Amino acid sequence: MESEEDKRVVVSTLSLTTGYRAGREEREVTRDLTASLYAGELTSFLGPNGAGKSTLLRTLSGFLPPLSGEVRVEGRPLHDLRGRELARTVGVVLTERTDVENMDVETLVGLGRAPYTGFWGRLTADDREAVERAIALVGIEDLRHREANSLSDGERQKVMIAKALAQSTPVIFLDEPTAFLDFPSKVEIMRLLASIAHSEEKTIFMSTHDLDIALQLSDRLWLIDKKHGVTIGSHHELTESGALEKYFLRPGICFDRNTGRFRIEI
Amino acid sequence: MRFLILTILSLLLFALNLLIGSVEIPARKIADILFNSSASDGPLEFIILGSRLPQAITALLSGAALTVAGLMLQSAFRNPLAGPSILGITSGAGLGVAFVMLLFGGTMSFAGISLGGYMAVLAGALIGSLAIMALLLLFSVWLRSDLMLLIAGIMTGYLTSSIITLLNYLSSAEGIQGYTLWGMGNFGGVSADQLPLFAGVVGAGLLLSLLMVKPLNIILLGDNYARNLGISLQSVRNMLLVTTGLLTSVVTAFCGPIAFIGLAVPHIVRMIFRSSDHRIIIPGCILTGGAVGLLCNLLCVLPENIVLPLNGVTPLIGVPVILYVIFNKRKRA
Repeated sequence: MESEEDKRVVVSTLSLTTGYRAGREEREVTRDLTASLYAGELTSFLGPNGAGKSTLLRTLSGFLPPLSGEVRVEGRPLHDLRGRELARTVGVVLTERTDVENMDVETLVGLGRAPYTGFWGRLTADDREAVERAIALVGIEDLRHREANSLSDGERQKVMIAKALAQSTPVIFLDEPTAFLDFPSKVEIMRLLASIAHSEEKTIFMSTHDLDIALQLSDRLWLIDKKHGVTIGSHHELTESGALEKYFLRPGICFDRNTGRFRIEI
Repeated sequence: MRFLILTILSLLLFALNLLIGSVEIPARKIADILFNSSASDGPLEFIILGSRLPQAITALLSGAALTVAGLMLQSAFRNPLAGPSILGITSGAGLGVAFVMLLFGGTMSFAGISLGGYMAVLAGALIGSLAIMALLLLFSVWLRSDLMLLIAGIMTGYLTSSIITLLNYLSSAEGIQGYTLWGMGNFGGVSADQLPLFAGVVGAGLLLSLLMVKPLNIILLGDNYARNLGISLQSVRNMLLVTTGLLTSVVTAFCGPIAFIGLAVPHIVRMIFRSSDHRIIIPGCILTGGAVGLLCNLLCVLPENIVLPLNGVTPLIGVPVILYVIFNKRKRA
């Protein structure tokens, strides 16, 4: 395990409190988080629904202003970035299903170049190269002329990841990219994200419910629930400290400290 | 290639619009009147230059305007069933027109409304349609589901027609007759003097729509993806409000509330071009919409001795297209 000093901090949160404002009332969801995400790492964000995963993710992606504290990306306060600047800093893959008729995969991935293209959105040679690279990285060369609407859920997810890669941002946030996929596709998508993080030095952060796969493929884990807040560490660290047990152990599930994996009691 | 075929088709329909009418005029004569100004022939010249030519140009421009407005609404709301008439924008314009015609225009007979009167009608239509658009955008903040938004739009439409019905009681018989005739839809509503104003406003609206191709393309991915790609949803929505409001209201003010063109023709265009790229389909919508406008106008004047109301013809083209789209969507889902 590399020490933290070897890693370059890309995203950092400083006493970040997330939540919603409705009029004068503030509803806090997660409180006072100071943490970092590193270049070249896949970080998975695990926890039950309702614990604040998507609120935190929406705040980190710049969709939602923080209630207090701040998010910095490469030293710059994220929520001060506007339009294009933000679009060149953070790419997202969302759970909302895009339903576009008559658009092929190549064109859709090309829309990821929007923060770089001019008034009419025409792709230059550089833009095309970035699209090609994104398509090759995700391995969807054979899908490029397919209609986006005709793809399976797994293929569609890869196309949206390619869109985020074409966006050429240092950071990519994904909201449950493995939901609704069959098991092999879940593994494939997560492997893909890990390898892109490592080979492209990207900072990739995703929320997921696929604990077992995330434990095996992530470089770092963020655990969240209502009782304990957020705990961060590598798989090894979280096993040693007992945090994994604390967050996920329930009647009927047992934890093997030697392997750091959960099993179902039979 | 497809653009070329559409252009030829539009020109052909345009020529047929000049050729066909209640008075038979030989093609050679028409060409003479159009291209040889010295060959003056009083009444025939008046029919061609004063009636058929402005009507054909109006049909072309109105078709294009309504189609582009419909396309933009469908893209922005990401709903294939959005359109100026379904979302109540046309009825908003109608309400504005009703206020002007029924409350203030009762003393003027419909055919004799002055240019100043038309400006008032136009302003009424613009204010009405912009108010409805603004209301829809407000709804769209709360109503995340597009279906709910459509229902809100349809309800708004009912509300405006009920207000119009009530207005009818307050107005004179002439005002009602004028309003009823207007409500049937007619591309003959723009006279040769008014044509420059009409063409200018439609041209400005179409130009504005062309300036929005990039944000419209990106917004197809969904609001949040669009935001992440650097699009300001607020400014796109404002531009959309102005552009579709302008296009719909000017056509509605002059030609009446025309149904189905704005809803159906964008689908025909997407089928023809097999694309969702607005750089292609906005010009496609201008051409195809123009051709459909001309075709509808032609169908109105085709029967001998009578002129059919436009709104009796547009559903014949619109309804089959919409049914096809709905069934096609269900098949795939």
